[in-house]
Amino acid sequence: MNPNLKWKALFILAIILLCVYGLLGLPAFPTSWTQAKENFSKQIKLGLDLQGGTHLVLQVQVQEAVSQQTDQVVDWLTTHLRDKNIRYDEIRKVDDTHILVRNVVPEQSSQFRDFTNDNLRGDWDLAPAPGEGSGYLLTMKASTVAGIQQRTMEQSVETIRRRIDALGLTEPTIQQQGRGENEILVQLPGEGDPTRAKAVIQAGGQLELRRVVDPTPFPSEAAALAAHGGVLPPGSELLRGKAEAGQAGQPGGETWWLLDRTPIITGRDLRSAEENRSTEYPGSYEVHFSLSTEAARRFGPFTEQNIGRPMAIVLEHRVQSAPIIQSRIEDSGRITGRFGQQEAHDLALILRAGALPASIKYLEERTVGPSLGADSIRHGFQASVVSLLVVMMFMVFYYRISGVNAVVALILNLVILLAALAYFGAVLTLPGIAGVILTIGMGVDSNVLVFERVREELRAGKAPVSAVDTGFQRAFLTIIDTHVTTVVSAVFLFVFGTGPVRGFAVTLTIGLIANIFTAIYVSRTIFNWHLARMPRQAALSI
Amino acid sequence: MEFFRQVNLDWMGKAKYFVALSMTLLLIGGISWVSKRGLRYGIDFKGGTLVYVRFAQQPPIDQIRKGLSEQGLGDSVIQRISDISNSNSNEVVIGLEQHGQGEQALDAGKVAILKALHTTFGSGDPSKQDLNEATPSSLAEFLARRDPLALGPTAGGRYTQLARRIADYRDKEHNGLVSNFDDLKNVEGVTDGVVASLRDAYYPGNFTIRNVEIVGPKVGAQLRRQAILVTLYALAGMLVYIAFRFEWVYGAAAVLAVFHDVLITLGFFSLLNFEISLTVIAALLTLVGYSMNDTIVIFDRIRENNRLMRREPFPAIVNRSINQTLSRTILTSGLTFLTVMVLFLMGGQVLRSFSFALVVGIVVGTYSSFGIAAPLVVAWNHWRGHGVAAGTGSAAGNKTRAGEAASSRLAAAGRR
Repeated sequence: MNPNLKWKALFILAIILLCVYGLLGLPAFPTSWTQAKENFSKQIKLGLDLQGGTHLVLQVQVQEAVSQQTDQVVDWLTTHLRDKNIRYDEIRKVDDTHILVRNVVPEQSSQFRDFTNDNLRGDWDLAPAPGEGSGYLLTMKASTVAGIQQRTMEQSVETIRRRIDALGLTEPTIQQQGRGENEILVQLPGEGDPTRAKAVIQAGGQLELRRVVDPTPFPSEAAALAAHGGVLPPGSELLRGKAEAGQAGQPGGETWWLLDRTPIITGRDLRSAEENRSTEYPGSYEVHFSLSTEAARRFGPFTEQNIGRPMAIVLEHRVQSAPIIQSRIEDSGRITGRFGQQEAHDLALILRAGALPASIKYLEERTVGPSLGADSIRHGFQASVVSLLVVMMFMVFYYRISGVNAVVALILNLVILLAALAYFGAVLTLPGIAGVILTIGMGVDSNVLVFERVREELRAGKAPVSAVDTGFQRAFLTIIDTHVTTVVSAVFLFVFGTGPVRGFAVTLTIGLIANIFTAIYVSRTIFNWHLARMPRQAALSI
Repeated sequence: MEFFRQVNLDWMGKAKYFVALSMTLLLIGGISWVSKRGLRYGIDFKGGTLVYVRFAQQPPIDQIRKGLSEQGLGDSVIQRISDISNSNSNEVVIGLEQHGQGEQALDAGKVAILKALHTTFGSGDPSKQDLNEATPSSLAEFLARRDPLALGPTAGGRYTQLARRIADYRDKEHNGLVSNFDDLKNVEGVTDGVVASLRDAYYPGNFTIRNVEIVGPKVGAQLRRQAILVTLYALAGMLVYIAFRFEWVYGAAAVLAVFHDVLITLGFFSLLNFEISLTVIAALLTLVGYSMNDTIVIFDRIRENNRLMRREPFPAIVNRSINQTLSRTILTSGLTFLTVMVLFLMGGQVLRSFSFALVVGIVVGTYSSFGIAAPLVVAWNHWRGHGVAAGTGSAAGNKTRAGEAASSRLAAAGRR
């Protein structure tokens, strides 16, 4: 054999072995056929549309985090201006990014400007308010807004990931999605019923322990206001409570608690949380939590000073319960209520995973039942096999021995395509199968192009060797042009597309590159090998 | 064996018939498009809720409708899915358009539909669950609690595997519907005891949810915009590459031809009331790639023959190029057509509209390569070369001056 040809054959063999190894030999080398099959189904990851599962797109309401930041600055300014004795009429949040300070006493105007600028210059712009005598307008800087939004997104993704991991679902995907504004994509393979996962993801998870200002709750907001002469004490706030028997003014009615605005303990101070059987209500569950050391150092003295007074446990801005502090508590507590086991379990899980920095809204939900996924695979597989067989039979019938060459090239193309998907960890989806179909189409086309060209040259009276040579040379340019054009468009689809369109682009690109290799390099090598073994005068079977 | 040898057809002479044919097709599609007030978008692009339900027997449409009305869903659309390979698939799609984007939860429609189905077709016994709706994890939890195999408290893993096998049996061999508990005994590891405990807590429901799709209206508009943009970007990318490899006229002609294919395919979708979904977009992109491929093969031949046959008129060169590649065109298109036809007939419900787009697209895409793209290049060449020289009047004269440099460059490049 021609040494050059031998090297080429060895190179092709090496590629085939590498591909087969990638498909069947990983992660553990198989010792039996079933094991090889198992490896194969592990290596080729199926998309949700083929495997069944839930696909969720949710949007983080990042504006809430910005608005919260503004609220905090309003509180901070109120406190500090009081300390500095700077007088003004009113501090008001105009909208999410603007704060208006009205009528600062003119003599103190420069003091106010200096103080505000010194402390808030990094994140806020200070300007005289339009239409106000000596009022000022604070505007949050665009870079600060962007920073808050980005942090909120990152935190949300992290929190959701921790929560879903705790649910113990297999191989979930949680990632930011670039398609729209502030969107997160969550994919839960194999999960046919997303109700629980959705509830766990969406739960706010804000836990706060706060000091209670008035030890008894009020039956309505108005009653609370009336008790304080129409104005709430500074730094306090009214929160609605979960109505429970024996706690409210009227059983089953509303309860309102007057609490400190700032919490003593928040969800961030938790070290752990877990569900336990309730001692008060047999058959129901409660959640026990323990605090970090640093928080315990604050909590101990606080509880000691407030023995005999209630402390509010606030969950998602609702007073869950307000137990009386019996003695000094160092680092543990419990959330009571008539929880079911799963409810308590999920609440503990959400508390451990931490609170969401902003609420979320669902934009898209798709659930593919496992039986439909299995159906799609079966149908897709059957259709692909039948059509491949038809194509191959035709090629052999029409091009005789050369047709066998095309069949080898096509099969090898598919093997390389699948192996590449396995090595890159790409996911095979329904649109991905569309890409495979286009690849097969173009693979057949490349072979037909070459063979027709060789036939033309033979018809023109050339000897087999030079006909094959010219045929490949001429067809090469065409094949490159068609393939590069399609790859160029696939790259655009990959860069600008999302989801299904991307899956299509990935399989198509890999398939086309593999095709250039098989339809030109491999096919050519087989032809040369065949020609070298053939008697000089014999006709080429094409 | 060979089908075609030495074909000698005057394709360019028939160009006006091709144009007439394309115009007719575009017009028919356009009329259908306008008269039906736009294309029929699937919920991917419109927003809404779709629930696919498979029943154990013939779906009782009237009962379903009655159940839905009781939940205030009188305006939902119920559609039977008929499969060509399996005309009796017992499946229905219940569709609900989004009622504005209020404060309502995204899945309110789904929840109401499921409630309607459960009240209409449930067992009426609230203590029992539908076996066909149980997830593997809930089955595993139940089995571990009941422990019918008496494996003790540490056997969770064994029951997880057993639950997985039961669910797989149900979903893969029984299409998601087990109607008789005794069937479960075919599953490896299921004993009479296991079946007995399952009987206590489950009942075999007569329907199963196959697929749920909920898309918010905002996302729908976003997806639609993105699909159009991405297709345009891809076309622009191809235009630039072909312009770089050939001449920009070739690029423009190829892109116009592909555009024509997409429009005609969409026309067929409108005519036959198929829905446009995200998968259809993938099919349209496949068709774009396919049609482009076909066009470039012919253009490549034209480029090559241009060098060999300097003295021949350009239309003759184009004719000869199409004739020389005709055998390849017919073979490739024929085989690809066969492939997508198989997909259309056997590919199942999910691939239906996808493969329909390809069946239409491959025919149109093959035709447009010689019927639209090549004549466009010839027409341009004619207008540049002869049309201008023979033209009289000031308008033609102006064109000559303006286009002189370009036209001589083109002629030189075209005949290089």
